[in-house]
Amino acid sequence: MKFETPATSNPIDQLKHIGKPTDRIDGPQKTTGTAPYAYERHDRAPNAAYGHVVGATIAKGRITAIDAAAARAAPGVLAVVTAQNAGKLGKGDKNTARLLAGPEVEHYHQAVALVVAETFEQARAAAGLLKVEYAPSRGAFDLAEAKAGAQPVKDPPDSRVGDFDKAFKAAEVKLDATYTTPDQSHAMMEPHATTAAWEDGALTVWTSNQMIDWGRGDLAETLGIPKVKVRLVSPFIGGGFGGKLFLRADVLLAALGAKAAGRPVKVALQRPLIANNTTHRPATIQRIRIGAGKDGRITAIGHETWSGDLAGGGPETAAEQSKLLYAGANRLTATKLAVLDLPEGNAMRAPGEAPGLMALEIAIDEMAEKLGLDPVEFRIRNDTQVDPAKPEKAFSQRQLVECLRQGADRFGWSKRGKPAARREGRWLVGMGVAAAFRNNLTMKSGARIRLQTDGLVVVETDMTDIGTGSYTVIALTAAETMGVPLKQVVVRLGDSSFPVSAGSGGQWGGNSSTAGVYAACMKLREVVAGKLGLDPASAEFADGRVRVGNDSRPLAEAAKDGELMVEDFIEFGELAKKYQQSTFGGHFVEVAVDADTAEVRIRRMLAVCAAGRILNPKAARSQVIGAMTMGAGAALMEELVVDRRRGFFVNHDLAGYEVPVHADIPHQEVIFLEETDPMSSPMKAKGVGELGICGVGAAVANAIYNATGVRVRDYPVTLDKLLEGMPAIA
Amino acid sequence: MRSFTYERARTPAEAAAAASKPGARFIAGGTNLLDLMKLEIETPTHLVDVNKLDLDKIEKTADGGLRIGALVRNSDLAADKRVRKDYGVLSRALLAGASGQLRNKATTAGNLLQRTRCPYFYDTAQPCNKRNPGSGCSAIGGFSRPLAVIGVSDQCIATHPSDMAVAMRVLDAVVETVRPGGETRAIPIADFHRLPAETPAVETVLAPGELITAVTLPKPIGGQHIYRKVRDRASYAFALVSVAAVVQPDGTGRAAFGGVAHKPWRVEAAESAMPGGARAVAEQVFAGARPTEENAFKVTLATRTLGAALSEARG
Repeated sequence: MKFETPATSNPIDQLKHIGKPTDRIDGPQKTTGTAPYAYERHDRAPNAAYGHVVGATIAKGRITAIDAAAARAAPGVLAVVTAQNAGKLGKGDKNTARLLAGPEVEHYHQAVALVVAETFEQARAAAGLLKVEYAPSRGAFDLAEAKAGAQPVKDPPDSRVGDFDKAFKAAEVKLDATYTTPDQSHAMMEPHATTAAWEDGALTVWTSNQMIDWGRGDLAETLGIPKVKVRLVSPFIGGGFGGKLFLRADVLLAALGAKAAGRPVKVALQRPLIANNTTHRPATIQRIRIGAGKDGRITAIGHETWSGDLAGGGPETAAEQSKLLYAGANRLTATKLAVLDLPEGNAMRAPGEAPGLMALEIAIDEMAEKLGLDPVEFRIRNDTQVDPAKPEKAFSQRQLVECLRQGADRFGWSKRGKPAARREGRWLVGMGVAAAFRNNLTMKSGARIRLQTDGLVVVETDMTDIGTGSYTVIALTAAETMGVPLKQVVVRLGDSSFPVSAGSGGQWGGNSSTAGVYAACMKLREVVAGKLGLDPASAEFADGRVRVGNDSRPLAEAAKDGELMVEDFIEFGELAKKYQQSTFGGHFVEVAVDADTAEVRIRRMLAVCAAGRILNPKAARSQVIGAMTMGAGAALMEELVVDRRRGFFVNHDLAGYEVPVHADIPHQEVIFLEETDPMSSPMKAKGVGELGICGVGAAVANAIYNATGVRVRDYPVTLDKLLEGMPAIA
Repeated sequence: MRSFTYERARTPAEAAAAASKPGARFIAGGTNLLDLMKLEIETPTHLVDVNKLDLDKIEKTADGGLRIGALVRNSDLAADKRVRKDYGVLSRALLAGASGQLRNKATTAGNLLQRTRCPYFYDTAQPCNKRNPGSGCSAIGGFSRPLAVIGVSDQCIATHPSDMAVAMRVLDAVVETVRPGGETRAIPIADFHRLPAETPAVETVLAPGELITAVTLPKPIGGQHIYRKVRDRASYAFALVSVAAVVQPDGTGRAAFGGVAHKPWRVEAAESAMPGGARAVAEQVFAGARPTEENAFKVTLATRTLGAALSEARG
């Protein structure tokens, strides 16, 4: 099915299932421990041996020698895989650094070996006996230092509208400020993990991956074998956040280890390796300039961003939202990339917008103050319903103003006072607001639907559920379209033997994959109607029956001679080019800051989101409160600390890399505005899982400013950055 | 695997004798040792399990204090009625540490003996004089924000991570031990932990095999008992700075600091300034501070946290 004209009325609009808060259908499996995760596939790969990954202990240089004799001779050891014996390896399309170092080492903890043994403990002990010698070379590890040599990138190109320099110079009120965001780790609960098995030259990996087809392709490419010889299975994923979008070392090394050992091998990246071995969200330096008239209308807005990555890598695209979020005739965005020899930077939840809005939405708060305007009002005054660079291109839906108004109303925003004006006992209390913005992306997505002889509707697609609730929204879509109860739908996900889907990333998964399932269901309806001799155009599918006029038959009757099976996909046409499709929100936060110690405690959080049709309000709320939690972490504590001498992230475990605990997170409220977006897909839905994090950090930082009068422009906003500005003690 | 032998000791003297052999370590709750073994930071060849020793009682002492058995779990100690009534600062410090699960396993003696959480100590690829004597200190000139500001040496700037020990320091606890030969001794907590100096790997004054059997608290001293722990998140994190304070109605009192040194930090001579406020006390307590650029804030923070504790005591 090609989606190229705006959606009109369709079976999804019945809303018998879609739009109802629904428990996740995979919940019982997860809560009873029967959902199979990658490291636990004893059912499919019994007798798996254990692999332990050895990471490089230098940031850059060459391996000059590996002495594996002692490791090979250690009890239980079956194989030691290194670049010397792994055979010729390619590199996946989506990898910047190689997944197995040798002789070059490109970053700290890049894998240099896998030790395979009968038990985990044997593999770990033998790994400690491996002697690796290095010739280190100098590297660049400091973004602030490398910034001067940073270069423009092809994607995204710099953009200019009007004459920014002239307009900024002439503006009556100006802001020119620099903000920084640190490197961040996805810190998902489940480490990257894989069980691999070879059979007759064909490889199966049970792994934890968000994008099945990308992973399959890059694994085949890296191993130099045909893609058809690789099966990648990932039905359950214990968190990804972008860290599992790509093929990583666990998959490759498990495959190589299984080959070397001649039996299945499983590998979970050890927690202390994850921060440096895998990808991370790169740090940014962002300069924002805003000029406005005294009437509070923006006349010039410029956003430049710097980040670093290994040679051949890409930038953190932190200036992109500034093209679209606010009006203004004169505009500038620029993205510059420095070469750094830190581990590979890549996508983490809302790449670009998450750190970009952490900066932009403080700048907007600062600008509102300079103008003497309420920050909600300042944002509303500079709303735009069209792409400011292409006024002929309207937003398909844009309810930012409604999000802000309704949020302000619900949150009690009018009670917000001047900075450092509200004290309750030992606490300085303040409120902050920020806009949320994230583009809606769509991706081609396929599905296979079977109508079994027993009437069960079985959906198969390589779509993944990374905790987001994909199983459930897909089941809701099939139940809605085929007119059956939810319990009559079976959903199978995350297997490369199923049709290729959109996968989970960029908040495109929910809308795109359900649209693909909808397309396949519509095709199945035609087949069913044909089997029953009914007119497909007028057939109604409801209550497990197919009806045309007075002729009503059980759906299962269509499969009485054998199971029916169809496959289709959704493909997206030009609507995304004709209309700017984005999602919007308003975040409101109240914090209390201890007047003595400057400890920050969030008291209340509210998000109002406008993100198209909400397919499952229960799961969508869960996505947004999770994202708000992650945003709170980004605001207050998350930072991979760079050792600028030795070139690595020092706090590389969950003791050192702090993420919020329950005690950090107060009551969170989420409101979804009524919205359907006929330009986005037949589902009329959009993404929401990343919108939720966008802007949260700035809302927290702005609330801290309102509470204390201290403006911090360098994240995370830890107490040491506030102390000097706190009231004097007795 | 790295194999080790294991025995379960029947008496404290037997345990001490068994643990005096090279490569031997005691194991009680295991909440720190097992992590360190998994990371191969500790690689004992012999474990002496002391869990079955009869050291899990809290008893009154003849002089009206409390004797806390070495194996009393942190949860039980924090919940003990006598501790809550007379030594509130200890109960509060315990509950500010770790998590419920860890406190259920962790013991009194083990808490005193836990090792630093300096991130370089935990990365076996990095030089660390504490983990690998003579290899150097990566933290000096590196990521030092969470590390010590006073009592440091050019060899090590690690902190002692315990909350409990800070409260015990302010309460003038005494550590009772038995040595491999069977002789016992009582070590004032002030003397128990060492500063890093030239030998940061040696963290206490315990001799090889010497087993902690109990920690005794002197008779109650009254006053307001306060433990303020300041950290980057609300729970389950080590202190940036903590203050254990006991403040009397007349404004006199005591204060010890955590998160600032290789041991709980207390300067008794400074406490006479307490009625004059936090600043006067802290100026003396931190007179010899040698912070790094990254952790200089800790001196300010410690002063302000003591101020907060004194305000709380005044009600």
